[in-house]
Amino acid sequence: MLKDITLGQYFPGDTALHRLDPRTKTILVIVYIVALFLAVSYVSYAVLLAALAAAIAVSKVRPKVLLKSLKPILILMVLTAVLNLFYTRGTDVLVSFWIITITREGLENAVFMLLRIAMLILGTFLLTYTTSPISLTDGLERLLRPLKKIRVPVHELSMMMCIALRFIPTLLEETDKIISAQKARGADFETGNLIRRAKALIPILVPLFISSFRRADELATAMECRCYHGGEGRTKMKELRYARADAIAFALGGALLAVTIVLRTMGL
Amino acid sequence: MSNTAFTIQNLRFSYPGAEDMPDTPVFDGLNLTIEEGSFVAVVGHNGCGKSTLAKLLNAVLLPCGGSVIAYGMDTKDEKLLLAIRKRVGMVFQNPDNQIVSNVVEEDVAFAPENLGVEPAEIRKRVDDALRRVGMYEYRNHAPHLLSGGQKQRIAIAGVLAMQPKCIVLDEPTAMLDPQGRKEVLETIERLCRESGMTVVLITHHMDEAIRADRVIVMTSGKVIADGKPGEVFSRVELLRENRLTAPDTAQLLYELNREGYSLALDALSPEACAQTLAKAFKV
Repeated sequence: MLKDITLGQYFPGDTALHRLDPRTKTILVIVYIVALFLAVSYVSYAVLLAALAAAIAVSKVRPKVLLKSLKPILILMVLTAVLNLFYTRGTDVLVSFWIITITREGLENAVFMLLRIAMLILGTFLLTYTTSPISLTDGLERLLRPLKKIRVPVHELSMMMCIALRFIPTLLEETDKIISAQKARGADFETGNLIRRAKALIPILVPLFISSFRRADELATAMECRCYHGGEGRTKMKELRYARADAIAFALGGALLAVTIVLRTMGL
Repeated sequence: MSNTAFTIQNLRFSYPGAEDMPDTPVFDGLNLTIEEGSFVAVVGHNGCGKSTLAKLLNAVLLPCGGSVIAYGMDTKDEKLLLAIRKRVGMVFQNPDNQIVSNVVEEDVAFAPENLGVEPAEIRKRVDDALRRVGMYEYRNHAPHLLSGGQKQRIAIAGVLAMQPKCIVLDEPTAMLDPQGRKEVLETIERLCRESGMTVVLITHHMDEAIRADRVIVMTSGKVIADGKPGEVFSRVELLRENRLTAPDTAQLLYELNREGYSLALDALSPEACAQTLAKAFKV
């Protein structure tokens, strides 16, 4: 049961988007977010939406799956849109009754806000859908490498990420076993009020923590036995290398950003 | 004459006790040498010190007294730590707790990456190590989807990628099903026979120890028997006194001898045992 939880959001595939260097994809998502916040007009939104649609088409991730990812933040989106709708001051009044006035500017703002949030979420999700957690961590380690100079433990952080990802399925399996073991001893997880149910989790969490500490201890010994001594002097089997496709992707991203800026200065 | 891989001299070791508790002594004056290229099995009860011995061999634990010399290097010398661990690889009991990455080949690459080997060379070593344990087709799999025996073979490949001279296995089959045990043991035996690697197999399955060139039986930190499997396991009484069981084959022959037969006790493999019986009963 617990084992079936999908890890991260990665959808394995072999499209151009999957093959791009994780660093390229991360940078492009950041560029895209900046462009989104620079966009002020229908034209620029249309351009950005077209770019996103093109990226989705290339990735072959099913649009249905992507739209599903918007579900958890639906309330936030609606709330933002409604607030913008009512609280934007404008001159061009569309509807007005009692204390509520809806202006054209308000409607525009609401639509833009809705689009902006949706596109932001979709863009970032597209990154996690097309990049395996491992290569994402790898990419981040490389991108953040300059921060080592100001003593940010970049390698250690990415090692931790990697180990955490590795142990999630193992610990899920273990949780399953512990739940079964406690059920076999008559533990009841399904009845009672919230507090009772929360209390029922203690006999699961305690053994789980104890066993993960034991695992951590054993893993540390095993890592030391395999000559792990921190990030110093470490090499990588799969060196990240920018390819032609990355250059093209960067060029497209740059063009997109330039177009948005030009449109903004032209007031479009 | 072959060279020695390990020389253990007058080894003393004890685990520090908790508050107000005395230390738990494990070894008090242990002497042992292990030849290069040999397949040595160390058997004994839980708590007899066999796992501790394994950890002393590659400087995970350091002796309290005496010395452990691995390939001419004293494990107490901190500067030699990496050099020792590079030569003496170690595989533990629980395969889940020694796999670092969630892609098989990335995990095998972990050790050479730590050693700062060139990427192209790592690729070669990883492919080679995976082929040697017969897991090459699984290089892109996630370890948690593999069986116990397969995971343990990945762990062995992870050690092989360091290109060690010796591999120490601490009860590598204790958590595996019979199929997994067979896979792992065959892999270990092949490594020793084909590549001349020194193998130290810590186990409490006597049946596994039969495969070795030399069996060392330990009880509370002392070696009580040491020799070829045939010699050691034919001393069924000594093993019984120490609450250890001889392999089934040796036991059967021993019981028959007690009933008045006089059979040689050193027929340890089921095939050899069957032959001895057939000869004795003239079937």
